[in-house]
Amino acid sequence: MRKDYNLEKRKYVIGGFIVVIALIYIFRLFDLQLSDSKYKKFADNNAFLNKTIYPSRGLIYDRNGELIVYNQPAYDVMMIPRDVEHFDTIDFCQTLDITVEQLRKRFDDMRKTAGYSSYTPQKLITHISAQDYGRLQEKLYRFPGFFIQKRILRQYNHNAGANVLGNLREVNPTDIERDPYYQRGDYCGDLGIEKSYDEYLRGVKGVEILIRDAHGRIQGRYDDGSRDITPESGRNLKLSIDIDLQQYAESLMVNKIGAIVAIEPQTGEILAMVSSPTYDPTLLVGRQRGENYQKLVQDPLKPLYDRSYKAAYPPGSTFKPTQGLILLQENIVNLQTMYPCSHGFISGGLRVGCHAHYSPINLKPALQTSCNAYFCWGFKNMVDKRSKYGSSANAFEVWKEHLVSMGYGYPLGTDLPGESRGFIPNAKFYNNVYGEGRWSANTVISVAIGQGEIMATPLQIANLCATIANRGWFITPHVVKEIQDTVMPAHLLEKRKPTVDERHYREVAEGMRMAVLGGTCRMAALPGIEVAGKTGTAQNPHGKDHSAFIGFAPYNDPKIAVCVYVENAGFGATYGVPIGSLVIEKYLTGKISNERKYLEERMLEANTIIYSGVKKH
Amino acid sequence: MELRNTNTPPSLTRGLDWFTLILYLILVVAGVVSIYAASYDFDEANMFSFEEFSGKQIRWIGCSLILGFVLLVIDRRIYETYAYPIYFGMLILLAVTIVIAPDIKGSRSWLVLGPMSLQPAEFAKFATALAMAKLFSGYNFVLNASPINYVKALAIIFVPILLILAQRETGSALVYLSLFFVLYREGMSGLVLFGAFFAVLIFVVTVKFSETMIMGLPSGEFSVFILVMVLIVVLLATYAKHFAGARNVGLWFLGTGLIAWVLNYYGINIPGIPFFLGVIGVACGYILFEILRLRIRALWVIIGSAVVSILFLFSVNYVFGNVLEPHQQMRIKVALGIEEDLRGAGYNVNQSKIAIGSGGMTGKGFLKGTQTKLKYVPEQHTDFIFCTIGEEEGFIGTATVLTLFLILILRIISIAERQPSTFSRVYAYCVAGYFIFHFCINIGMVIGLCPVIGIPLPFFSYGGSSLWGFTFLLFILLRLDAARRDRR
Repeated sequence: MRKDYNLEKRKYVIGGFIVVIALIYIFRLFDLQLSDSKYKKFADNNAFLNKTIYPSRGLIYDRNGELIVYNQPAYDVMMIPRDVEHFDTIDFCQTLDITVEQLRKRFDDMRKTAGYSSYTPQKLITHISAQDYGRLQEKLYRFPGFFIQKRILRQYNHNAGANVLGNLREVNPTDIERDPYYQRGDYCGDLGIEKSYDEYLRGVKGVEILIRDAHGRIQGRYDDGSRDITPESGRNLKLSIDIDLQQYAESLMVNKIGAIVAIEPQTGEILAMVSSPTYDPTLLVGRQRGENYQKLVQDPLKPLYDRSYKAAYPPGSTFKPTQGLILLQENIVNLQTMYPCSHGFISGGLRVGCHAHYSPINLKPALQTSCNAYFCWGFKNMVDKRSKYGSSANAFEVWKEHLVSMGYGYPLGTDLPGESRGFIPNAKFYNNVYGEGRWSANTVISVAIGQGEIMATPLQIANLCATIANRGWFITPHVVKEIQDTVMPAHLLEKRKPTVDERHYREVAEGMRMAVLGGTCRMAALPGIEVAGKTGTAQNPHGKDHSAFIGFAPYNDPKIAVCVYVENAGFGATYGVPIGSLVIEKYLTGKISNERKYLEERMLEANTIIYSGVKKH
Repeated sequence: MELRNTNTPPSLTRGLDWFTLILYLILVVAGVVSIYAASYDFDEANMFSFEEFSGKQIRWIGCSLILGFVLLVIDRRIYETYAYPIYFGMLILLAVTIVIAPDIKGSRSWLVLGPMSLQPAEFAKFATALAMAKLFSGYNFVLNASPINYVKALAIIFVPILLILAQRETGSALVYLSLFFVLYREGMSGLVLFGAFFAVLIFVVTVKFSETMIMGLPSGEFSVFILVMVLIVVLLATYAKHFAGARNVGLWFLGTGLIAWVLNYYGINIPGIPFFLGVIGVACGYILFEILRLRIRALWVIIGSAVVSILFLFSVNYVFGNVLEPHQQMRIKVALGIEEDLRGAGYNVNQSKIAIGSGGMTGKGFLKGTQTKLKYVPEQHTDFIFCTIGEEEGFIGTATVLTLFLILILRIISIAERQPSTFSRVYAYCVAGYFIFHFCINIGMVIGLCPVIGIPLPFFSYGGSSLWGFTFLLFILLRLDAARRDRR
């Protein structure tokens, strides 16, 4: 037969067709296999079930080695929705002791939570009891797609220190984004040291890599477990807090709003840190956490708000020692310099009231009697001394820098999260308010006695007291004493020296000693213990004056420096001094002497919340 | 018929296409290794155990080699002489199968013979190829000489298709459509293949882009109208070589399109369907005028194409919604990327893409594929065997297999073209067509480019019928080819 060469050319069309198809396929395979790594991830997600093994969280001890916070196991019922097959719902509910309606509601809630995926483990029921766990574990093979995740819950030995300890909460999407350690459903520290030391406490998660077939059945461990990661327990913490003192101080603050901070001056270690009103830390554990947390958030007295280092108060007369220090350092006064006080400071139509004492008066008696006029005159002489500083604004900046060096105006850098900085105005601040060159000492005179714009946290005030106790240096106050197998961060161990010479501190300390011996703090005099102190009565826009006190003891070898701040409780001598002295006495002697029992009783029973203007619903 | 005695054994070794034979052996061995990998369980398995798929496949391969040898030593004239009896015998077997086959997953295509199950549809392939070859090698047979020739050829193709459809094996039935390549090679107008391609294009565009709207009609239909316009202009220029007409019609389309676009821009909406029908209608009127004026008969084809395309467009939605079964609609939607349906129709393809995609360049290593070992890909030892290669041997493996098949198909085409006899050439093209179809559809579906149509990958997919079917096809071809010098 004759060959048709015209038709023979069609072999090129057919051959070309198959070559084109093959090229398209090669290109597609290139695309699938080489240009996109997502399929590798999908395959691993299919085949490997990464079972997280949670490490136990670090334990927390107090300074005397007493266990405060420990762990108890809890069990979450988890499910991977796409692996769940038809199962006996009744049996499941009976095992867990819930109704079918509750289960159905849990399913609905779970699907509504953000980040729900049918491919990843979802939390169905949180924190089932050990008995329910046992029963479910036995029957688990009947419920494919379900498994039990072991978690830990915090347990507390003392109903004290909730504000310092903080608690645990489930992570939110922001946490997961911020820190790759976290996965949905994990817990992280919230508030207190649980938050600030979270990275030490949480440990390192372990992973067990299991192989799972298409039906969700576990086929064994991947590579015989050689790629598993064993969990590493969290580090234990030893706090500087004395839990007994903490508990005692909290009891003194019952029915009062305010804070107590007690520091060991030589080390900067915080011995007690009370914020009142407080709450039972066990409220924020486990299944009832959500409900209780809402209650605490809505409480008008704000128990979750740690007043000891987050609240900024006018320091009132507890501020006067700083003024004495600055005036001495700047050579505005010497120990003999006298200022007049005629029931107050009167200058150019301005009057700052004072109480009855002799006049004129020099520094130490002025501290002893808490004379407003003395410190106003001193402040005025400094700020208006143009011959030395050039302008009031320059003088004020010098004044401010001294205060900053003492720890005011900026966060001290304690090891708790969200510390407030308080407030010390600078010259620019007043320039904005009054205009440049249009203000002088008289305009801002109230800052000289710790009023006006001045704000400080009880922690900053306590730190001043510790600095005076040390006669001129301090260590950043902190609540953690030791971290297991780790050295403490250096900034919590270094001495910090304010810009005022130590010799001036000795004079101011003496003035404070005199206040206890024969001044405003007489009630702080303890049998056999030399106490030094300073009262504070701070005017504020919220009603009755705040009652404040700083004090340290023993005078020559200080072991404790304390600040007490009670909102709307009146004179510093009425609540501040008794409470502060009771804390000092309890810490130094371990008990309250008989002749002071009446004082203790009165403080325990006193209620000052009624003056706060906050209505408890 | 020439009656020269062909001294069979000496001419066999001399004329045998060793290249193809070795390619066959490589593919079969690679196939059984893949089956072993695909069905390998984490419990210790023995590749040669008859309990395993791979062991059974080795047994099938052994039988194939014997069969192949027998096919090679049979006198080639037997095939030519008995082509029709073999074909009709196979048709009867197909018909009988419908009646006596047990229902396996909705299909009645398996003949159970004791321990063995065979699928006659696989063997009907070589019988149909022989029948086609016989028809075309008839004395003075020229395909284009008479429409009767087309009727005969189409009858040979469509009778097995209908019988296999009746067995509810749609995939196996569609394979026979590949014989249109043979018709094309033997003289059928290229417009038919082009038309088929254009129809697929219209179908895909219409179904895929049915969500968004342009000018009051789905953007898919809008695009098809544009395609038809392009088709008219291109056909005028290339097929009819009527360049003035192409220019006129092209300017007419551009002009009216521009006006419609400007009006639309100023907020005057023109209803799409009347607009396009009007514009294309005017163009067809002009072409009709040209036919009457210049008497160019080729122009009729253009009007016909336009009309058929538009009618097809209007019927696509009906066909898709009413003729196709829901699972078929879903498979098409998954292939076109309209639906994901990862738990249903899209599950296989998604898992298959994951398996292949996770292989990377060099793969996870033999027997180390997690997707296949843990049974994430269904049918992984049969229709989806290519996944195992992709996962364990990576791009190197898949590209190699692809290349081997490409070489095999091109080799068969080249064998076909060197045949002195029409019988051998047509038979060879039939074989090439089957391989092309299986290759394109099977790999296309595994990598998510074609809808899922359940047909095996030759020599790789587990199953004796498929292996034997392709062995028949190839070894008869080798036998015919070995004898090509006999006629010189």
